[in-house]
Amino acid sequence: MGASKKPVRGSVFFHEVVGATAVDPHLEACLQCGTCGGSCPSGNDMEHTPRTLFAMIAAGMRETVLRSNTPWYCVSCYYCMERCPQEVHITDVMYTLKRLAIKEGFSRQSSAAQAPAFSETFMEHVERYGRSFELGLITRYFLRHRPLDTVKIAPIGAGMLRRKRFDLTPRKIRQIEQLQAILARADELEGIARV
Amino acid sequence: MQYGYYPGCSLERNAGAYHESTMAVAGVLGLQFTEVDDWNCCGATEFFSVNQMQAYALTGRNLALAADQFAPQPALPVIPVEVAEPPQLVAPCSACYLNLSKVDRYLASSPELAAKVNTALDAGGLHYDPGSLRVRHLLDVMVNDAGYDAIAARVQRALTGLRVAPYYGCLVVRPGFQGQFDDPEYPTTLDKLMRVLGAKVVDFPLKAHCCGGHMTQISEDVALELLRRLLKNAADYQADVIVTLCPMCQLNLDVFQRAVNRRFGTNFNLPVLFFTQLMGLAFGLAPERLGIGKEFVASRPALAKIGASGEAEQERAVGKRAKRRNDQSLPMPYMPEEEER
Repeated sequence: MGASKKPVRGSVFFHEVVGATAVDPHLEACLQCGTCGGSCPSGNDMEHTPRTLFAMIAAGMRETVLRSNTPWYCVSCYYCMERCPQEVHITDVMYTLKRLAIKEGFSRQSSAAQAPAFSETFMEHVERYGRSFELGLITRYFLRHRPLDTVKIAPIGAGMLRRKRFDLTPRKIRQIEQLQAILARADELEGIARV
Repeated sequence: MQYGYYPGCSLERNAGAYHESTMAVAGVLGLQFTEVDDWNCCGATEFFSVNQMQAYALTGRNLALAADQFAPQPALPVIPVEVAEPPQLVAPCSACYLNLSKVDRYLASSPELAAKVNTALDAGGLHYDPGSLRVRHLLDVMVNDAGYDAIAARVQRALTGLRVAPYYGCLVVRPGFQGQFDDPEYPTTLDKLMRVLGAKVVDFPLKAHCCGGHMTQISEDVALELLRRLLKNAADYQADVIVTLCPMCQLNLDVFQRAVNRRFGTNFNLPVLFFTQLMGLAFGLAPERLGIGKEFVASRPALAKIGASGEAEQERAVGKRAKRRNDQSLPMPYMPEEEER
């Protein structure tokens, strides 16, 4: 923020995004070449391609960016990051935008409104048991957030159970208290932005 | 050879077949996989979307536990520990592999982040020095450490006539946080491995495209289209089976294949198996030991082809074409009727 080594350039929002990303994503190096959007498997369904989104970040269009469905349709496949000639950590920027959108409550209005709920339900189970519990995750996520779709997913759940591909009960790690203490400390640190 | 082994949550149950077949095949090849004691979930793609420091700390705990458990014991106290190669940690799941290698590299590149993660780990009495482990994907270990020759030497029931579409998905070859063992856009190690087993590897231009990961749970519109492309591509090249190296890819392509057919009016019937299952079959192991039969799209009809081992694939009524390329030329798509025999 204050005594930064580089001269301050770009919008306030640009610095917010970079500052909220743990490892510098080199976002200032973006050339606007569009390789990212051209490589993206779900680019067609995005409201803005990554390239457009980065131009909007530089222009300080905070709310439009955080309301965009783009980060939520990012499938974290790293195709863009592999091909980016400037080595911008695009996938990491998308994660940062997701976190900021959740913080502002914008995420619930995008066309991928259920994505944060899925992530949070997943995390609840990991925090409680130390490992993912798929049957619990799917059941809780659908009943709580997508009750009308439960009929659609039920045959798949039944098929998974029949093939013994779902556990009926969660598996808990032995040192769950240790993990919980680590996650609690990490959560405290989450609030402190990168200098 | 000795390795630390991080199975990940999927291999405990939904991809139990991957774990079983990995262990069976490793046994045949003399690879020793020792599970990381009391490991936790890697966080998949979910933690990074919500809580960044928790995401790093979660994987940090796994790295710290593994580095501790597999720390090299110097034979002579004179030899500095840095001389020794770091112990190796193998992950069969692409997402686990990505998270473990990414967090290790990011901590190495940012001492500030490493300090924070260690502050979190300290709450559980743990500590991790970046670079203490070398994270490898299972495919890398199979083809580069065990090696094609040793694998070929174990083949008892060649997969002759089985048309295999090798599917790499995204995270195994990209972005290579701890070095790339294969080309990020047109990988070929799995192709070679399948050929060594005797299978007919079909061209599969979408072999390194994404299966959509968790999108099946979030937006069917996005997810099913990604899956349709992959299935169509494999079907166009007349594959009998798609072979994969990631539990998420297997789950999406297998379990949601019916949903794809329903939505697009298609009729795909492509079994999706793990590469270790096909290795096991080629090694002559019983299908039951390899978790075969747990897939939604049954693989038995396709595998009947190799039950009749030695029977050559039926020649198609296609005129012989001149060879258009050699091994040095750029990889280009080719259709089944253009395949070399």
